[in-house]
Amino acid sequence: MEPIIIESTPKTPSVRFDAKQGVVEIKGRSIPENSVEFYKPLVDWLEQYSGNPASKTNVNIHLEYFNTSSSKCILDVFKKLEAIHKAKNNVAVNWYYEEDDEDMLEAGEDYESIIRIPFNMIEVED
Amino acid sequence: MSFNLQESFKKMNKGDVLLAYKGSITAELITNVLEVIESKLDDVNTASAVRKKIYNVLVESLQNLFHHIDDLPDQIKNEFDARFGVLVIAKEDDYYRISTGNFVRTGKVKQLKEKIDKINSLSREELKDMYKFVLNHQKLSAKGGGGLGLIDIAKKTGNKMEYSFYNYNSEFDFFNLNVFISESKN
Repeated sequence: MEPIIIESTPKTPSVRFDAKQGVVEIKGRSIPENSVEFYKPLVDWLEQYSGNPASKTNVNIHLEYFNTSSSKCILDVFKKLEAIHKAKNNVAVNWYYEEDDEDMLEAGEDYESIIRIPFNMIEVED
Repeated sequence: MSFNLQESFKKMNKGDVLLAYKGSITAELITNVLEVIESKLDDVNTASAVRKKIYNVLVESLQNLFHHIDDLPDQIKNEFDARFGVLVIAKEDDYYRISTGNFVRTGKVKQLKEKIDKINSLSREELKDMYKFVLNHQKLSAKGGGGLGLIDIAKKTGNKMEYSFYNYNSEFDFFNLNVFISESKN
């Protein structure tokens, strides 16, 4: 499978999805007006990846900001990962949040309570 | 109340104004406003958690405007820019205020009032539950709106929203929304 590598822009995050390494990484700001356009290829990639995932998938979500339009798409990403996890594959989710950013920590907890994979909450310095 | 743009805009411009804008609300405008505000917030002596909250709430406020501005009839178009909206960010006492204004069809006023009143009546825990429920159950609209903007604003600010509707003509009202971010942590 071809990896997805996307550089960040002021309104969209950087992305690294690599099937060989089992890495799913989204980092930066996700505040586009229409997030579906940005996330659909990512969700489609995960759908394909779920057919033959790596022995361990490391998921790193490190967002500085995301808007409510993105929040639904990010849930779609997590639901694909949940399916991979349910099929008895190893999926580790690391949710990064900046020091004192309680809103971002809470957002991680909200996702964790909706999808049934335990999250590692990782605080990083600003 | 009937609508007078100058008067409404003047009211919104109370306090120490960081940014005031009236005109077309486009994706480019939103990008520019966010850039300006981010650099202004870097200069003010406010905790980084509060600056992030202001930025987050501003993103939602602007994108709410962007997604909900109705196509204006010719009568309004002669007087105002296409996709007309108003935005003011100001500091008053110990809070930041984000005021937005846009035309809405009169037929939508009742539903919008009910939605804001409902959100304002909820406790923090209830807002959290509502957010999760809508996140998990509602589909994104074709424009990319998810019906979560106001809930998210209420959840993040922890403050009640204020609104007014001003009658413009038989078909349209002007909707003014004020949201408040406390400078100190609640």
